[in-house]
Amino acid sequence: MDRKEMLRLSGIVKKFNPGTVNEKIALNGLDLTLNDGDFVTVIGGNGAGKSTMLNAIAGVWRVDGGSVVLDGRDITSLPEYKRALYLGRVFQDPMMGTAADMQIEENLALASRRGKRKTLAPGIKKAERAQYRELLSELGLGLEDRLSVKVGTLSGGQRQALTLLMAAMREPKLLLLDEHTAALDPKTAAKVLEITDRIISEKKLTALMITHNMKDAIAHGNRLIMMHEGRVIIDVSGEEKRRLTVEDLLEMFTRASGGEFSNDRAILS
Amino acid sequence: MGNFLGSMPGAVAQGLIWGIMAVGVYITFRILDIADLTVDGSVCTGAAVCAVLIVNGVNVWLAMLAALVAGIVAGCVTWFFHVILGIPAILAGILTQLMLWSANLKIMGGANVAVSARQFKGIFVTQMDIGGSLIWLFAGAAITVGLLYLFFGTELGCAIRATGCNGAMSRAQGINTNVMKLIGLALSNGIVALAGAVLCQYQGFSDINMGKGAIVTGLASVIIGEAVVRKIGKNFALKLTGVFVGSVIYWMVYQTVVFFKIDTDLLKMLSALLVALFLGIPYLKKQLGQRKTRGGAANG
Repeated sequence: MDRKEMLRLSGIVKKFNPGTVNEKIALNGLDLTLNDGDFVTVIGGNGAGKSTMLNAIAGVWRVDGGSVVLDGRDITSLPEYKRALYLGRVFQDPMMGTAADMQIEENLALASRRGKRKTLAPGIKKAERAQYRELLSELGLGLEDRLSVKVGTLSGGQRQALTLLMAAMREPKLLLLDEHTAALDPKTAAKVLEITDRIISEKKLTALMITHNMKDAIAHGNRLIMMHEGRVIIDVSGEEKRRLTVEDLLEMFTRASGGEFSNDRAILS
Repeated sequence: MGNFLGSMPGAVAQGLIWGIMAVGVYITFRILDIADLTVDGSVCTGAAVCAVLIVNGVNVWLAMLAALVAGIVAGCVTWFFHVILGIPAILAGILTQLMLWSANLKIMGGANVAVSARQFKGIFVTQMDIGGSLIWLFAGAAITVGLLYLFFGTELGCAIRATGCNGAMSRAQGINTNVMKLIGLALSNGIVALAGAVLCQYQGFSDINMGKGAIVTGLASVIIGEAVVRKIGKNFALKLTGVFVGSVIYWMVYQTVVFFKIDTDLLKMLSALLVALFLGIPYLKKQLGQRKTRGGAANG
């Protein structure tokens, strides 16, 4: 590949409750490399380490081993709020990505200042409003006329769409989507996925998208990885990925996980 | 009855002074979403610093500035306990409060310090001249509301509001939430100490017990104020004004209780119950709502 490397995870280890009976190794020497422009869908059973991987990249806590290199810079020891400059994030819980008690325009203004030093300049300037109105109208959800409405009054789908907009606003080096459509009804989920596709292709973003839905994992992105016990066990891309079916995936999963996790088939399908 | 009405301007003055304190409580409780019990100590710290400095011949304005700084320091201590040492916010506040009890006694060199307006001519807010004091206090309240309205509209102010509203989101948006909590706690306690500094001038003394239950008084004012202005609008300046309105109502009720010789010992009990009731209602409503939907789902 001639595209430059955007993310390199090397030997990432993350243990929860170390030294107790509840010790769990969530990431067990995880290696993953993403090239610029990769749109990777991530699947795997419960406890496979999918969300933990995104949190390790985002710096929610320190990893117990390994390194995170983003666009050539080692960010392993950078605190979460400093990495935010390079990352866009959308969470599974629609409540988590926005500030409910603040207006739509205030949320957007926060996102447009992501990673910038906070000063005593106005939190939002007049000229920004027109820009936000235009951005919101592209979503096609009618939010452009509700700039001063509190985000808490929006539906889950509207909040996720807004969070996506905020995440992509400053053109992050990497977009992290943690099952961002799982809490939505099928119709809204499809709409949010459509917006996701559009934003990623328009801005040529590199993205990691976790999903529980195998069909979505196959239909979106240029590459698909499957995680199991804190590592990547399947990695398909290009033509091979385009030809994948859900049956193929289940077959691969059973084989790669040693056949012992057939219980997870129900979760994955 | 004339005497009763005559006591009202004093109640309004008290209400406005405690209103400044309640605005400090509003910043931590409503904006930062932290119940900060430091205030029970920092009211007196502000009063103690101010009184001692005035008695020692320091300019009244400088004494008030020093009180503000003392409050800011108290807020920083609570922040250190809470954010750096990971102690739950409520306990962190109680620890600082206890430290301040000793600090206040040391600052005053005893349990109280007298600062009579008769003796110290620089004092401009005093119960010996309630009319003149009210002009200063109304101006002070207006300036407090105006400045805080402007501040919480800035980038920094918005970042503090976002921190209180959703910490995870704030960090994902590159906000250093620890620093925002520091600014919020420092600002809040600075304002509370400033209220203490005004109060000691008004009543003519500072006293080790003067901040006792301040958090509850403050919360009661915040809650009463919210109930009053909710119908009018949602503007932030209006909400802050509501805190002053709530505080004035609180002290008018207090004055009424005093005037009709109802047992004032019960007042703190009533304030606490009022706060518990108003904080509990939204929760109970939610519980009841959930039960209803659960029942509905079972039927359907």
